Amino acid sequence: MRAALRAALPPLVAFAAGNALWEAAVRLLEVPIYLLPPPSRIAAALVTHAATLGGGVLLTGQAALAGFALAGVLGVAAGVVIASARWVERAVYPFTVLLQTVPLVAIAPLLVVWFGYGVRPVAVAAFIVAVFPVIVNTVTGLRSVDPHLVDLFRLYGAGFWAQLGKLRLPAALPNVFAGLKVAAGLAVIGAVVGEFVASYAGEQAGLGMLALTYARESHTDRLFAAVGLASLLGLALFAAVGGAARVTLRHWHASEQERP
Amino acid sequence: MPGGEAPAHNAPVTARQGAGEGARVRLRGVHRKFPGGVVALDGVELEVAAGEFVALLGPSGCGKSTLLRLVAGLDLPQEGTVQVTGAGGRLAYVFQDPHLLPWRSVQGNVELPLELAGVGRGPRREAAAAALAQVGLTDARTRYPAQLSGGMRMRASLARALVTDPRLLLLDEPFAALDELTRARLDEELYELWRRRGMTVLFVTHSLGEAVFLAQRVVVLSRRPARVVGELQVGLAGRREPALRTTAPFNDTVRRLLAMLQEGEVG
Ligand SMILES: Nc1ncnc2c1ncn2[C@@H]1O[C@H](COP(=O)(O)OP(=O)(O)OP(=O)(O)O)[C@@H](O)[C@H]1O
Ligand SMILES: [Mg+2]
Repeated sequence: MRAALRAALPPLVAFAAGNALWEAAVRLLEVPIYLLPPPSRIAAALVTHAATLGGGVLLTGQAALAGFALAGVLGVAAGVVIASARWVERAVYPFTVLLQTVPLVAIAPLLVVWFGYGVRPVAVAAFIVAVFPVIVNTVTGLRSVDPHLVDLFRLYGAGFWAQLGKLRLPAALPNVFAGLKVAAGLAVIGAVVGEFVASYAGEQAGLGMLALTYARESHTDRLFAAVGLASLLGLALFAAVGGAARVTLRHWHASEQERP
Repeated sequence: MPGGEAPAHNAPVTARQGAGEGARVRLRGVHRKFPGGVVALDGVELEVAAGEFVALLGPSGCGKSTLLRLVAGLDLPQEGTVQVTGAGGRLAYVFQDPHLLPWRSVQGNVELPLELAGVGRGPRREAAAAALAQVGLTDARTRYPAQLSGGMRMRASLARALVTDPRLLLLDEPFAALDELTRARLDEELYELWRRRGMTVLFVTHSLGEAVFLAQRVVVLSRRPARVVGELQVGLAGRREPALRTTAPFNDTVRRLLAMLQEGEVG
């Protein structure tokens, strides 16, 4: 408990100091509020518009989570297929790189054509940006299995599925988690960008949509609040994946072992 | 006895309890060349009788691991034949390093071969408990490999090999990475296991002393490409105790083996 407190203290102090500096600078230099609002104004906006912003967090969180889950499942599955044979890898791998380079903002209108407006195209946008690191890391993990252990499994007559379930996938887990950690932040970014294109402004608006609206209205304090909440959402998803990794790997993988 | 032909070989010198339960191994003119042109084995002739303990001795990189993988059926020769009879699929392999699954407890690691063979939970538990007791790891069964010493990991690896009650046990410099004392103790334990269970053992080692201490027969391989350049019936009587390593017959045998190895180096 004390250790947790001691770990949380430095970032908290830094946060408070940064905000105080920001507040003082904005007030002393009399920066217009629509350009850069002080933290106190952002906090006030956060309280005043709690309902709207809270709804936004829920909506964007939902889409990001759905896209992230999809990226996790399909990314690992794609990794397994790609790593299953060299010719499959040669045939398919170059195209997965396209996922990485496709400009999401440009493809989002297409998602609207395919999935209509609402949460579905947003989730797909989140999926598209989140899946690549999962695939790449899964393939790396599956490829770096100890060849002696492969020999051992062959010696005891293990088939493809036994080898996958009892050797390759567990061995790849540390890499899969590394991919999922990157995917967590990307999924939120993908959802926010997806909302720019694929949602209506209105009662049921996600953080991306809200940010866009606030920007047009020059409600910069609310815009900051929405952006801050989106970052927190990514942070929360990242922390959840980190926790899952710790619980799963703590007994055996150096990355999650406590050093005295 | 340099040359490609292996000398005629007779049945094990000492009759032991449970002898004949092991598998037989026969290699005829085995040739293995790797892509890139490295010839690891060039006409290897080797015969191992049921229940025999044979040590394979040869310079580093000569092809000993390659030979063992061929016997295990993990690799195929370009020429010649590798025959293993009477194993009934009960073959076990111990590597130079433990190579345990780090995400499984010791118990889980030892159960693995039975799990892959489709053995049920109950019998699996029992067999694993027996194998762990044999290597003295009962108290560590719930621990993970990362929490064990090197010697304990090697014991776990040995238990994993023993759990299927193998008819043929292949060991590739299994204790080479351990300290002298642990290695000597594990040698003694391995010898005891073999004496009680009567499986056939093929044991690769760099160490003359270890080969003489353990084996009934030592087969000497040449530098790469490996051929059998000689062999020695050890025929040391009695139990394997630390004191044996300082007796005159033991040291005599080591000396003769050394001479043979040096001959192989030149010829
Ligand atoms: N898969 C492979 N592809 C290419 N060359 C290989 C392969 N496996 C082994 N070799 C080569 O074959 C030769 C014999 O290797 P091997 O591992 O059998 O030697 P070894 O006698 O076991 O050596 P050590 O005593 O150091 O363990 C070496 O030169 C090695 O580089
Ligand atoms: Mg070797």
